[in-house]
Amino acid sequence: MFSNLSNIAEGVDNAFLIILSIIFFFLIGLTVLLVVFIFRYRESKNPKATQIEGNNTLELLWTIIPLILVLGMFYFGWTSWKPLNSDPPKDAMVIKVTARMWNWSFEYENGKHTDTLYIPAGKPVALDMKALDVIHSLYIPAFRIKQDIIPGTPRKAWFIANSPGSYDLFCAEYCGLQHSYMLTSVEVKTSKEFDAWYIDTTQTVVVAASPQLAGKQIVQKYGCNACHSTDGTKIVGPSYKGIFGEEITVITGGKERIITVDEEYIRHSILEPDADVVKGYNKGLMITYRDQITEEEINLIIEYIKSLK
Amino acid sequence: MSESKQPSYLEYQGKYKGLFGWIFSVDHKRIGLLYMYSIMTFFIVGATLGLLMKLELIAPGKTIMDAQTYNGLFTLHGITMIFLIVIPGIPAILGNFFLPIMIGAKDVAFPRLNLLSWWIYIIGAVIALSSQFMGSGPPDTGWTFYAPYSFKTTTNMLPAVLGAFTLGFSSILTGLNFIVTMHRMRAPGMNWMKMPLFPWTLYGTAWIQLLATPIVGITLLMVVAERTLHVGFFDPALGGDPVLYQHLFWIYSHPAVYVMILPAMGVISEILPTFARKTIFGYKAIVASTLAIAFVGYFVWGHHMFTAGMSGTAQFAFSFLTFLVAIPSAIKVFNWISTLYKGSIHLAVPFYWAASFIFVFMIGGLSGLVLGALSTNVHVHDTAFVVAHFHFIVFGGVGFAFMAGIHYWFPKIYGRMYDESWALTGWVVFFLGFLALYSPMFYLGMKGMPRRYFDYLPEYHGPNIFSSLGAVVMIFGLALIIINLIRSARKGEKATANPWNGTTLEWTIESPPILENFEEIPTVTEPPYHYK
Repeated sequence: MFSNLSNIAEGVDNAFLIILSIIFFFLIGLTVLLVVFIFRYRESKNPKATQIEGNNTLELLWTIIPLILVLGMFYFGWTSWKPLNSDPPKDAMVIKVTARMWNWSFEYENGKHTDTLYIPAGKPVALDMKALDVIHSLYIPAFRIKQDIIPGTPRKAWFIANSPGSYDLFCAEYCGLQHSYMLTSVEVKTSKEFDAWYIDTTQTVVVAASPQLAGKQIVQKYGCNACHSTDGTKIVGPSYKGIFGEEITVITGGKERIITVDEEYIRHSILEPDADVVKGYNKGLMITYRDQITEEEINLIIEYIKSLK
Repeated sequence: MSESKQPSYLEYQGKYKGLFGWIFSVDHKRIGLLYMYSIMTFFIVGATLGLLMKLELIAPGKTIMDAQTYNGLFTLHGITMIFLIVIPGIPAILGNFFLPIMIGAKDVAFPRLNLLSWWIYIIGAVIALSSQFMGSGPPDTGWTFYAPYSFKTTTNMLPAVLGAFTLGFSSILTGLNFIVTMHRMRAPGMNWMKMPLFPWTLYGTAWIQLLATPIVGITLLMVVAERTLHVGFFDPALGGDPVLYQHLFWIYSHPAVYVMILPAMGVISEILPTFARKTIFGYKAIVASTLAIAFVGYFVWGHHMFTAGMSGTAQFAFSFLTFLVAIPSAIKVFNWISTLYKGSIHLAVPFYWAASFIFVFMIGGLSGLVLGALSTNVHVHDTAFVVAHFHFIVFGGVGFAFMAGIHYWFPKIYGRMYDESWALTGWVVFFLGFLALYSPMFYLGMKGMPRRYFDYLPEYHGPNIFSSLGAVVMIFGLALIIINLIRSARKGEKATANPWNGTTLEWTIESPPILENFEEIPTVTEPPYHYK
């Protein structure tokens, strides 16, 4: 529990320690008292009850003492929360975070684009977050940080990770079907390792043995598999398996029509997902990837889908 | 009235016979039981849904259902449990039955309105549940209907929202009825400071029902207008603000927590003096804390939104007020435990339920301190910790108090006694299962497992197994309890008028009560828990 893995965690864990100590003190103390009273004053042991209507001194004491304690807990909760609410330092590294159903993507100042959050240890990191569709919430338990991201309103968060390692990153606000799969990891590197990773921009250009394999990596990067399977299973959207070249029924502007899945249809579906929705699937779930995806990446995805027979 | 004795309310034959004699009865006791039978039916459904969810979570990955089914289940579980069971719960069942009797009245102030409230409740329930069977699939938004997901989902959400809206009227009318009853119909000599504590908590509750419920009503109508007419209130795509929805939703739904828990506290305040053979410790302090909770409870809703991005000032104020509302609850616990001091405690099933209520309520309440403080809230917000916390309060608190109350008043309601060894076994099994089910969730939440998760990482597996097994044990205990009560209502031994040696007015009349409760309206001279 007490990990001290971020600049925020230490204060939060101290607040936890204080509050949990008070909780356990009262829980154990009062439970013991309850059990002792039941045991000592049971009918067989104490056949005649003594009538006591109350005691004003006691009432006063058990109002004032808990009042002081809760104000103390309030204070520690508040002071250790203030760093979460503060503005990031000027030298913080800014990373753009995009949350959508049901994946995370991170974009760095030099244009690097990943589905895993790589950060250097010991350096302030500012997250500039937006949600494309519904409310999501960025949650890194190890760092004691959580921030809802409301569509239409950018949200910020910042922190300093203390030690290199790999940590979970969850979506904490329920966001639909694949909510529990909307997770990734934070990879905290030493600044040397991080710099080496950061300047290596070749990784953003996919290098792979074949265009199909490259396409597969792009599909993974954008999290397409959250909704589109590659083995024929129906999830939220149609499976990629064997769809290329097939005749399918789509709904265009409320009317059914039959089309063949070709390169143009796939391109159009990535850029304008609601235009021709395959019959049996719902409109409005997928949001356009225009401005995020390059023409070259679309072509590689098409090659990949063609290969899934 | 003629000289001959009135029949009991169970035997009385009015204008209608059989089933119609119940569903068109304006007798507060029959209406109380109508509520009990309908709420218990829904409760068995809700509990089964909960058990299925726990079975799904016994292992990572898909276990017995797919993700869409799971999301539909926790939505239906939440809607049923909150809107159909716990909010009406104790006031509608035990309140309807015992409020008039405990203040020495023949019925509530508006008996017809009371029957109407039950009918509205049934209509609301049917509308809400119709969402499961009609349209494009069961809603999957969670019981909170958060925007904008609730606008994006293609599932059948409108009936659920309209159902909740309708149920609100039932709640408002019951609140109104109880307030007028207590102001106008107390027996001669029963001034406010001689009124028993269960009616007092119903009084605090009734004001919340009356004043807070309209807010959620309007909010839900706004959702309907937004979904059907595309007026932009909450959906950013239409220019609305999702955070506004959260504010409006919790302005009602937080006070609603006190609608649930206050009457539960009232039941416990009745049972403890009776079984300790001793007057309640600090009557005035308990009354004052009841009213304080009902009042301060209106101003703490923001603690449901500490990660939503409110202003720093709002966060500060809501956290501060949340800590203040903890004080009156603490005062009650201190007074309850002090009531046992130097008592002569008769150990029986209702008392065991009441004592275990104090224990689980302390866990629920004290864990709330973690959620009231800002920084610790942010860490465990929307995790299994919160689920554990509110189940300890809403199920532990309200559920245990209801069990205590039904085992306490059962002989009065049916004029028969239940089998005590079955009831005791049921309590032990249920209590242990309950602790095993919800305690691990505190740990899971501290470790960071988010709530509403169909699947989880392998690191969370151990505590989830424990929790799921706890659910099985608890449901087994529940079955024992329910079977015992149903059997005993028909075949139990005849009960006397005052089996527990209670001092409040309901123990001065016959078991089961006659149609109009009292042969003659009593005059009250003593405080409610007067033992010599």
